[in-house]
Amino acid sequence: MLKYQFDWSVVTSGKYFEWLLSGLSTTIQLSLVSVVLSFLLGLLIAVMRMSSIKPVRWFAHGYLEFFRNTPLLVQIFFWYFGSYKILPTVINDWLNRTNFEFGAAVIALTIYTSAFIAEDIRSGVRSIPKEQLEAARSSGFSYIRSMQYIILPQAVRITIPPLINQFLNLTKNSSLAMTIGVMELTYQARQVESYTFKGFEAFTAATLVYVVLSIAITIMVTYYDKIVLSPMKAR
Amino acid sequence: MITFKGVHKWFKDLHVLNDINLHVNQGEVLVVCGPSGSGKSTLIRTINKLEPINQGTLIVDGLDLSDSKADINKLRAEIGFVFQQFNLYPHLSVMRNITLAPIKIRKMSKNGAESQAMMLLERVGLIEKRDAYPTQLSGGQQQRVAIARALAMKPRIMLFDEPTSALDPEMIGEVLLVMKDLAQSGMTMIVVTHEMGFASEVSDRVVFMDEGQILEEAAPDEFFKNPKHERAQQFLKEVLSPMH
Ligand SMILES: Nc1ncnc2c1ncn2[C@@H]1O[C@H](COP(=O)(O)OP(=O)(O)OP(=O)(O)O)[C@@H](O)[C@H]1O
Ligand SMILES: [Mg+2]
Repeated sequence: MLKYQFDWSVVTSGKYFEWLLSGLSTTIQLSLVSVVLSFLLGLLIAVMRMSSIKPVRWFAHGYLEFFRNTPLLVQIFFWYFGSYKILPTVINDWLNRTNFEFGAAVIALTIYTSAFIAEDIRSGVRSIPKEQLEAARSSGFSYIRSMQYIILPQAVRITIPPLINQFLNLTKNSSLAMTIGVMELTYQARQVESYTFKGFEAFTAATLVYVVLSIAITIMVTYYDKIVLSPMKAR
Repeated sequence: MITFKGVHKWFKDLHVLNDINLHVNQGEVLVVCGPSGSGKSTLIRTINKLEPINQGTLIVDGLDLSDSKADINKLRAEIGFVFQQFNLYPHLSVMRNITLAPIKIRKMSKNGAESQAMMLLERVGLIEKRDAYPTQLSGGQQQRVAIARALAMKPRIMLFDEPTSALDPEMIGEVLLVMKDLAQSGMTMIVVTHEMGFASEVSDRVVFMDEGQILEEAAPDEFFKNPKHERAQQFLKEVLSPMH
């Protein structure tokens, strides 16, 4: 039996610690940007999915089925290798000027997660009594404005628990971005492992950080939920 | 102000509005009554096109509702609608419930809309509830806020669909009081209600519906003392009986 010498110092200080730290920072940036964008895109797709205009509804339906039912890894590769061919030049230029891997990962994570978020929001909207839409329309709000001011704010509040789930999934899924060379947490843990052969320590540290991140996200969203939701629940 | 000419509406095979002919003048208060399922809600919901009609002509405030170019959102802003279940926005405070449409649709300033809301809250007797949320209010209070919300758009017409029938008996009076005040101020009102006291006190005309048809249309005194149609007599017996 080979005896493994634990050495936690590689992950608690020095160069490798800094690698992990920079990985964490990239993971947080990647997740934050994708959370915000996927939420906004999810809202848009949810509204399109419920539109009374058939082609719009069909497009949203196709979008949802397509992106929910193909592996995220494939989607990441698709945007990484294929985006040159289909994205408008402005976006390609921007991607090249900033950080191409990071940009491709944001696009993939955003689109993939938005499909799930859209479905969650749609079921939130369905649980809002139809009388709310009638009240809004009766005041003279258009369908879109009724959604914006009256239906979606209520639906999103109801959707908070599933949204937390999607945000957690997104953060975990962001580790797949290492496959296209985004230097996020898992990528850096892998680097530490290959330089030091201290894989156990490196990945334990990474795992702990993911757990802490998840707890932090849950606490933040729940806190927001309590503050905003409490007046609605009060009696 | 509102004219129905030969209006028909079907839900699938169900003939809910059958040859409706009705004219409501500006400043008039019309009460609509009739048994459950007779089409009263459907009738007033056609006036702001919450329900589209299938046949006939309906002209509201000079606008032909069958004209596909008619700006329906603009018309709806001129028509206040008060629902049986109040339908306040639960995520917004009383103040925001009242000021949302004036700010977003009428483009009023926030200050202007809020001072107007304070006047309306005073009128319905709920000044102290400005920061409350709908779930913190009783049914009667919610309905008074709903009326204030509708009035905040300075509507030319107010429609009420059984505004008191979801309320506990002790709260009906406070809502009717607000409505009477409104009727006396010259508002054009159509009120679906079984509150016959309200009908005889402030309405100009009573319409009795059954099975999608208007069976009787009369001044309230005449309708209560001397209903012509047999179904109306029976209906009145039921709603006026002490058992009810
Ligand atoms: N959206 C709808 N789809 C199908 N049928 C409907 C719809 N709305 C109403 N109906 C039917 O149309 C008929 C008239 O309904 P309406 O609500 O206008 O009656 P009402 O006189 O207001 O009754 P109530 O006193 O119970 O409120 C009823 O038989 C009802 O079941
Ligand atoms: Mg009804």
